[in-house]
Amino acid sequence: MATVASSERGAPVRRRAGVHRRARAGGTGALPMGVVTVWLSVIVLLPLAALTAKSLGDGTGSFWHAVSSRAAVDALAFTLVVSLIAAAINAVTGTLVAWVLVRDDFRGKGVVNALIDLPFALPTIVAGLTLIALYGQDSPVGIDVTYTRTAVLLALLFVTLPFVVRSVQPVLIELDREMEEASTSLGATPGQTFRRIVLPNLRPAILSGAALSFARAVGEFGSVVLISGNVPFRTEVSSVYIFKLQESSDSPVAAAAVSVVLLAVSLTVLVGIRVLERRGGDRGHA
Amino acid sequence: MITVESVDKHYEDFHALRGVDLEIASGSLTALLGPSGSGKSTLLRVIAGLEVPSSGRVILDGEDVTNLAPQQRGIGFVFQHYAAFEHMSVRDNVAFGLKIRRRPKAEVKEKVDELLRVVGLDGYQQRYPSQLSGGQRQRMALARALAIEPAVLLLDEPFGALDAKVRAELRTWLRRLHDEVHVTTVLVTHDQEEALDVADTIAVMDAGQIAQAGRPRDLYDAPASEFVMSFLGPVARLGGGLVRPHDLDLSLEHREGATEAQVQRVVHLGFEVRVELLPADAPAGAEPVVAQITRAEAETLELQAGDIVWVRAPLGQVPGVVAA
Repeated sequence: MATVASSERGAPVRRRAGVHRRARAGGTGALPMGVVTVWLSVIVLLPLAALTAKSLGDGTGSFWHAVSSRAAVDALAFTLVVSLIAAAINAVTGTLVAWVLVRDDFRGKGVVNALIDLPFALPTIVAGLTLIALYGQDSPVGIDVTYTRTAVLLALLFVTLPFVVRSVQPVLIELDREMEEASTSLGATPGQTFRRIVLPNLRPAILSGAALSFARAVGEFGSVVLISGNVPFRTEVSSVYIFKLQESSDSPVAAAAVSVVLLAVSLTVLVGIRVLERRGGDRGHA
Repeated sequence: MITVESVDKHYEDFHALRGVDLEIASGSLTALLGPSGSGKSTLLRVIAGLEVPSSGRVILDGEDVTNLAPQQRGIGFVFQHYAAFEHMSVRDNVAFGLKIRRRPKAEVKEKVDELLRVVGLDGYQQRYPSQLSGGQRQRMALARALAIEPAVLLLDEPFGALDAKVRAELRTWLRRLHDEVHVTTVLVTHDQEEALDVADTIAVMDAGQIAQAGRPRDLYDAPASEFVMSFLGPVARLGGGLVRPHDLDLSLEHREGATEAQVQRVVHLGFEVRVELLPADAPAGAEPVVAQITRAEAETLELQAGDIVWVRAPLGQVPGVVAA
């Protein structure tokens, strides 16, 4: 057995070689590095810094006042809760859609597959109008959800549809079918195989897809603004609240303050995704 | 005892198995040997229940299991590409079948540790499959399949993804394991050397049918067809028939039944000497006939390229020659 063990030691060596390669490729020169730094600064970092600075322009007292007002807190709480619900629903239905698209064969599969990305490509205001056309006051099917929290959820589900589907789909395609057959031959029922073998392998993809759709939902504006009616304390989401502060109430500092809070939420989610992905990747490729 | 009765398997436009009949004795190690596309893997998957035959029956120890789901057959299956549960530790991989069967924790732990000792992976319990080499993964997969104490162990090209050295080692190891565990084992392979080395019974498959089944020696010495003969070892074609290169008899004088041939090349391979011959009656552009003789014979004949010799299959015993 000792001879077998000694002749099978490939993986650690390969990994070390990879590190070397990366180190050598690391020096791409000062110019590209500089361009990237300037670009990211101009496009992302400086505007964010300016926004943060503006939010604190009237002192921390008025910052706190702006973000702790009842309307701001209610809008934020509603935004977070409804986004969380949308992400949770997406985790289930998105996985189901990906499963059907990968594992089932049916006519028009290509069309359905292409349709998934439509909410991505559509201007979000068009998404809002689309929903109003079916579920608005003149609904042809007699369902009117306008100005309700359900309407907000519906709009968010519409625009976040692709995230989980597109993150789970490639993982499902790559998933080793023989793993499931092995599980079956070991006595597992189809349900047990799904729970113990398929789901754990999809979990990182489902989580990162759900987190992305959460982040997107938190910032969603266009699809929500028309159908929700923006009823304060009820259907008003943070992005719409910020818009109102800036445009109607003429309180740009308060708008900036609430924006910074929203920004912090998004940042936390994105960092969370990275941590999740790293943890998922670690075990697979250690 | 596995009995396969007139099993047919059709795919949409492919007839994978054509009326296969096969009996596999309890406790044997049987190799299904054949080229790719011959239906050997399909037959294995039909026995496992991973494929449903279009017609025919599969009987395990007297019970008709043709319509039984794979998880109810009590079969251990090992895949070419390991099918390791990547998200589980080695311990959880091996314990999987036992946990499904809700065995007590202490029993599971003891059984897993014992099996990992048997397959030489003791101390690897906490590792993940991605931290193992190919050979180690396959041994883990074997332990996983053996954990449920299967009535039958089915191996689908188990060493096909490994390099030659590890493959040879695992082959010997599997043979020893089988002598210890005695579970009825069926191994699919396209490598005749592997089949001859490991199996006590070989079933050669060709185009969805069993071409011949029997003990390795019998198949080698008395092949039922040119296909079986050429698949089980080197062959030379002489006078319209097939013969083993080492059965060819060379001499410098004409003898009864011998064919005149010219020596093209003499290759010294240590103890064995390979002589490439071109028979006088061979059509233009024909492949040379390769004869295999010992070094002593070669020295007696003092063969050189260009020499004329007389070559014949052994008289009265023309085992491999099948009239073309």
